[in-house]
Amino acid sequence: MSLFSFVAIYFVMSPVMSTQQITPTPEKAPPQAPSLAAPKHRRQLPIYSWAILALLLVLAYDALFSPAMFSIRFEHGRLYGSLIDVLHRGTPVMLLSLGMTAVIATGGIDLSVGSIMAISAGLSALLLTANDVATGAPITPHSAALAILAGLAAGLLAGMWNGFLVSFLGIQPIIATLILMIAGRGIAQLITDSKIPNFHNATFEFLSNGSFLALPFTISLAILMTALAVLLTRATALGLFIESIGNNAAASEIVGINTKLVRFMAYAFTGLCAGLAGLLAASDIRAGDVFKTGVNIELDTIVAVAIGGTSLVGGRFSIAGSIIGAITMQLLKTTIISSSIPPECNLVIEAAVVIIICLLQSPRTRTTLKRIFSKTQ
Amino acid sequence: MQKRVLAIAQNPVFSTAVVCIILYLVAGFTSAHFFSTRVAVNLLQDNAYLGIVAVGVTFVILTGGIDLSVGAIIGWTTIALASMITTHHVHPYLAMAIILAVTTINGAILGSLIHFFAIPPFLMTLAGLFLYRGWALLISTSTISIDHPAFNPLSDTLLKLHTGSGNVPLRLGIFVLLAAFAIAAILTRFTAYGRSLFAIGGSENSALLMGLPVARNKTLVYAISGCFAGIAGIVATTRSAAGDALSANGLELDAIAVAVVGGTLLTGGVGGILGTLIGLLIFGIIQTVVNFHSLDAAWTRIAIGTLLLSFILLQKLLRLSRTSRQSP
Repeated sequence: MSLFSFVAIYFVMSPVMSTQQITPTPEKAPPQAPSLAAPKHRRQLPIYSWAILALLLVLAYDALFSPAMFSIRFEHGRLYGSLIDVLHRGTPVMLLSLGMTAVIATGGIDLSVGSIMAISAGLSALLLTANDVATGAPITPHSAALAILAGLAAGLLAGMWNGFLVSFLGIQPIIATLILMIAGRGIAQLITDSKIPNFHNATFEFLSNGSFLALPFTISLAILMTALAVLLTRATALGLFIESIGNNAAASEIVGINTKLVRFMAYAFTGLCAGLAGLLAASDIRAGDVFKTGVNIELDTIVAVAIGGTSLVGGRFSIAGSIIGAITMQLLKTTIISSSIPPECNLVIEAAVVIIICLLQSPRTRTTLKRIFSKTQ
Repeated sequence: MQKRVLAIAQNPVFSTAVVCIILYLVAGFTSAHFFSTRVAVNLLQDNAYLGIVAVGVTFVILTGGIDLSVGAIIGWTTIALASMITTHHVHPYLAMAIILAVTTINGAILGSLIHFFAIPPFLMTLAGLFLYRGWALLISTSTISIDHPAFNPLSDTLLKLHTGSGNVPLRLGIFVLLAAFAIAAILTRFTAYGRSLFAIGGSENSALLMGLPVARNKTLVYAISGCFAGIAGIVATTRSAAGDALSANGLELDAIAVAVVGGTLLTGGVGGILGTLIGLLIFGIIQTVVNFHSLDAAWTRIAIGTLLLSFILLQKLLRLSRTSRQSP
């Protein structure tokens, strides 16, 4: 059902996102004078077209070889099925890719999202646990509201730290976020005294395990955050500023865009999304595993954003594309697991996908293909 | 005289060397038995494979690129070597030659794709990371130990350093590390190829217009990185005498950190192999201090992160003072 909602978003948003132009009817020009008609513009495909193609290819493979994946059943007031599972498990990467899209579009990158997730998960679990981490003595756990706020605040603060390093100290994004990626996991381990605090809190567990309108609550969160991100970037000039900074930061400065503030906000938003993803991770296992939460998730996120059509050197971006990319990657993972392909092939297939996407996005491929096709005509 | 001193002080490697010496002295005075030959040798020996990889990555960073696949190459090398020797009974030296050939050629292919299709090196080498890690897991998900008469002596002590307090064992790693550093230093400082790397890193367009063989040199740089990663993987395998597909997870970022701490700028064009050696020493000192004081693994990470931050800030400060001096 959510797949249809995403297709619906495509149709609703396409006037906002696609760059189609109306071809004007050429005037009847005098025979000798050169034509004064405006040149015909070819309708351009939206940025996330390749992402949709990739998704459809994986779905087609599933339809042919494991049609059982499409079965959905209704039990105890909610839907269950492989596709629902894909959307549920893909939510952390979806949330992270929202922020990562903005950051990459400004020409940067954020490697620390996994560590921020660990900090958020550890902090919220620490607040909710009923046993002191150091001694094991029973203590009164705090409320779910405090844990949620603490996790989000930790994520936001971490994101603001990254933004401060990149925007105001001028450190290269890859190094600035690498610092938090390395140190952040240490901080998370310090917070929980290198232990894994577990907890029982019905409200907090609802985040990852509850259901809303017959779907897992995580999907509602993903839709909410996606809508927020789309509104922030497309209903305001922020998206335009982000694209401008990614394309040419110096020119954007001269034109009067506050590049420092826009970049800062992009990293802060990414931190917030990572904080939320960390809360979901803790809620999922009812514990704050600071060692395993978010390990290598930044790579998956970057791949999802790349599939979605966002240029990795900065500039044009597509939030819908990143979401579709995240869903495609999760679907790919699930397809590999449920089919007879050994799970070790997962990484090799992901590598092939990344290489194909890179080649497709490269401008040189297009000129080479054009030359091939113009020769055959 | 003053100008020369100032010029040396603004060299990023100089600041790194100064901090390294300060760090060593502070560590020595706060930890017992730190000022011994054994500890000094182990600074390089324990992290030998990290150092070799960092040298290869330094080449790539000098041209303004990045190589994220090196950790996965080490993991793949260990398991491929173990599998070839133990399961398929290939002679160790032949197996090593095959592995080095594979990593070098793969590096060259990646490099040519990066150059000719203008793909961001981050993405392409990320694909390389997935490829090698997946390949390693396909070979075997469990560890394979190696026991071969031609291979076993490589894990043993090759030489014993006689010092006042006792004997310090020297293994294969440190010799390969020093040889790698020597070769890399000669390549960067005394050959035209090395000079061209600085030119490409400074401005690729200018290098192209100057007539430098940018395509060939960029492709070679990734091939070199792959080759050094393969050598590092072999050294790592001699240390553990086993293959593990999941080993060296995340090592590429440690290698990049070592290179950056050593004064090589990520934008390219500035840096060198000597800086990477100093960066490796700093890394070793931090790890040794953490071990000596039995600190939490968490503190190692925070210490590395903080040091990385301080170095970057110091470099920025020194560069700022240099450019402000040069502007009219």
